[in-house]
Amino acid sequence: MFANLFALSVGAILIENFVLVQFMGICPFLGVSKKVETATGMGLAVIFVMACASVITYFVYMLLELLEIEYLQTIAFILVIAVLVQFVEMFLKKAVPTLYNSLGIYLPLITTNCAVLGVALLNVTKGLNLIGSLVYGTMAGVGFTLAIILLAGVRERLESSDIPDFLKGMPITLIAAGLLSVAFMGFSGLSF
Amino acid sequence: MLKNAHGQNNLLSLLALRIRENSLLFVPTQSGGMEIIMDFIFPVAIIGGMGLIFGALLAIASKKFAVKVDERVPMIIDVLPGANCGGCGYAGCAAYAEAIVKGEAKSNCCPSGGSAVAAKIAGIMGTDALEVVPKVARVMCSGTNECAKSKYIYDGETDCYSALKLGGGQKSCVYGCLGLGSCVKACDRDAISIVNGVAVVDRDKCGACGQCVSACPKNLIELCNADISYMVSCNSKDKGKKVKTVCDVGCIGCGICAKVCLAEAITIVDNLAIINPEKCANCGMCAEKCPQKIIKFESVQELEDVDEFVRV
Repeated sequence: MFANLFALSVGAILIENFVLVQFMGICPFLGVSKKVETATGMGLAVIFVMACASVITYFVYMLLELLEIEYLQTIAFILVIAVLVQFVEMFLKKAVPTLYNSLGIYLPLITTNCAVLGVALLNVTKGLNLIGSLVYGTMAGVGFTLAIILLAGVRERLESSDIPDFLKGMPITLIAAGLLSVAFMGFSGLSF
Repeated sequence: MLKNAHGQNNLLSLLALRIRENSLLFVPTQSGGMEIIMDFIFPVAIIGGMGLIFGALLAIASKKFAVKVDERVPMIIDVLPGANCGGCGYAGCAAYAEAIVKGEAKSNCCPSGGSAVAAKIAGIMGTDALEVVPKVARVMCSGTNECAKSKYIYDGETDCYSALKLGGGQKSCVYGCLGLGSCVKACDRDAISIVNGVAVVDRDKCGACGQCVSACPKNLIELCNADISYMVSCNSKDKGKKVKTVCDVGCIGCGICAKVCLAEAITIVDNLAIINPEKCANCGMCAEKCPQKIIKFESVQELEDVDEFVRV
């Protein structure tokens, strides 16, 4: 069981890294990776939402299965995730203002982060149970955080580097992201 | 890799199965039209119902978890300079604005905003405008490399705290400025520089946030009223004789300034002249008579400068 979960975690973080291998959640990956600090904030928010979404969508899928309308999972998950993020934002604002202040700006951005929907759908495709879904969701978030912090570190150094004019800004960022992605391909040999 | 329970294409196959079973794609022969309609209506009703329920839940939640935000908070944040310097004693401009609305803070705590901002905040809060005495940071040492003697040659990291660990720093005077720029690093406004081994504050740039005050390991920097133009540029509490052996420009506590002061604003405490800003009349007698020439004239900061900073 634990060996399984460990394999699942390593898979979610490294082998099937959501951003660098499966190319999900590219929008926040490029948009919020200018500073390591903000990237960390975004990453934490994504971990949090992905973990919540994995659990909730597990039950939603159970309901859909019961009603024999599993083919509606995509739209149902979109609905559930959007509502969940809204609710979590409200709840945090009231209950944990400090956490809200540090995550607050990033939470609404996650509503449309396809990586969250991706993790919900992959949980179903992989046929994971509740604990498996929770672990896979959390670790997918950790993988996202790892990727975005790595890129933010690179971008911070790019700021002070001598870059040719035509590559300044987004082009060099995309090149850096591409190289990161190539590097992560190396993990594909790591199978359990 | 992990094996999944349903196989890879369970979604597609399920869909295909259902389409075949319910003859969605073909004209039904045995089952009636009723069933097809049900097949359409059922999912729509489920998703629509889910949407409705979630919408209602969110509506209830927004009522239940509503956090009352005082509309004055964003208004005050707009008025504040937004430099987040922490000079008011709060974590940033937003935190200060919240504290004002809660009644924890007064409206005149923003040193970079000055009276202009204080008046605007008072207007928003509906209270009387409080006067802000504009402040600037000043360094209470003038022991430059030429004037102050050194115990040894410091050749380490350019950081006052590093030097401090080596016998209290390289300067012979234990009170003196080490001139390694910990205050320069602390300043967000580029207002402090090291000139000849002593920190010097650019009064035009200084926002009186107090970052340098807490950064100085020798406690040499203080915030003083900007309208006082005469400063005792020494912090040595040693007796005159000792001061003379370590520094050419130290306060020897002779008391001449106290005697000549027309406003009786100067007192000698612990062998050090101290000017009381409330009494000082800016007459300049002390600076003229000081044998060590360490009571210095510094230009009076104009109030317009402060306003200008706020606009920027």
